[in-house]
Amino acid sequence: MIADWHPPRRVAKLPDMADDRGWALLFGCWLVVTAATLGSLFFSEVMELPPCSLCWWQRLFMFPLPIIVGAGLFPFDRNVVRYALPLAALGGAVAVYHTLLQLGIVPESAAPCQQGVPCSEVQLTLLGFLSIPMLATLAFATAVVLLWRVSRSVPA
Amino acid sequence: MKRRTVAAIGAAGLLAVFFAAALLYERREAAQVEAARARHHGPPFVRAGAPALGPEDARVVLVEFFDPGCETCRVFAGPVKEIVESSQGRVRLVLRYAPFHRGADEIARALEASRRQGKFWETLELVYALQEEWADHHHPNPAALWPHFPSVGLDVEKLREDMRTPAVDAALRQDMADALALGVQRTPTFLVNGRPLERFGLRELQALVRDAVGETYGD
Repeated sequence: MIADWHPPRRVAKLPDMADDRGWALLFGCWLVVTAATLGSLFFSEVMELPPCSLCWWQRLFMFPLPIIVGAGLFPFDRNVVRYALPLAALGGAVAVYHTLLQLGIVPESAAPCQQGVPCSEVQLTLLGFLSIPMLATLAFATAVVLLWRVSRSVPA
Repeated sequence: MKRRTVAAIGAAGLLAVFFAAALLYERREAAQVEAARARHHGPPFVRAGAPALGPEDARVVLVEFFDPGCETCRVFAGPVKEIVESSQGRVRLVLRYAPFHRGADEIARALEASRRQGKFWETLELVYALQEEWADHHHPNPAALWPHFPSVGLDVEKLREDMRTPAVDAALRQDMADALALGVQRTPTFLVNGRPLERFGLRELQALVRDAVGETYGD
């Protein structure tokens, strides 16, 4: 009797479940980058805080993400990671640099932006310590992790 | 289809949060602007009991530091009154004494005292009309005005008495202190909701008032 037992045939089901998991991760990523984009627009358009040049570099990497990641959701396309991950990683690098600059860890003289709004100036802090570049770092890092997990969600 | 529903809810949620936050932020900003403006309707710009023209709840307050002996103040008196009268109750004029001319201090006292008889504006008109007679720069002679005071219905005896009261003293001292605090050095000095004229002139004053009315009444 026992020799007759076969494991349930779930092989056909597996890709679907992995798909669901991957889609959920990608959707989470879309929520994060869209929230970050809207937040950035809130700072510049509603609060009318002028973005400094490093802010612009981060925006340049962040703003395409809701569109690219969103396009990867319908129909679900894991390849979107190939297009989105480089943007998120580069944006994250700029955000980390900007954060270090504001914290005074990178000297201001090394800043590539001397004109207009100084990048080292902290225009806004949330909860007493979170600055805008820190929020950006958080958003880019979350996006990178989620995208990476989307690519790993496919069964080997 | 379930995925689409989830995505639609997510997108709608984010957008709703964005617009709600924008609305709340704008409203809070507007309240702060209003509060800042309200500050300009109190000291040191405006003191309760200063002679004023126009409704108390007008959102635009035009403060004029004036000197009864100042020629430009005389020239501006008519047009400034006109600004208030043509504003449909949106502009209030508040006069503050800044008697910098020699002898003008005496007349400022007389003006303040004339309010006890309800004759301030009539007296001011008379003071301006006869300015050349009493406010000559080299020989100021405020006494020359006294024979004319009864012509506007003033009880001269009472006026003399009231001029020496502590209340009149206090009013003038307060105005001079506020003039000093606000950096008023010439007359007339106009402040429209706390804002001074960038360039002096009637047209500039009218424009400043018009801007303030537009800002506070939104048209």
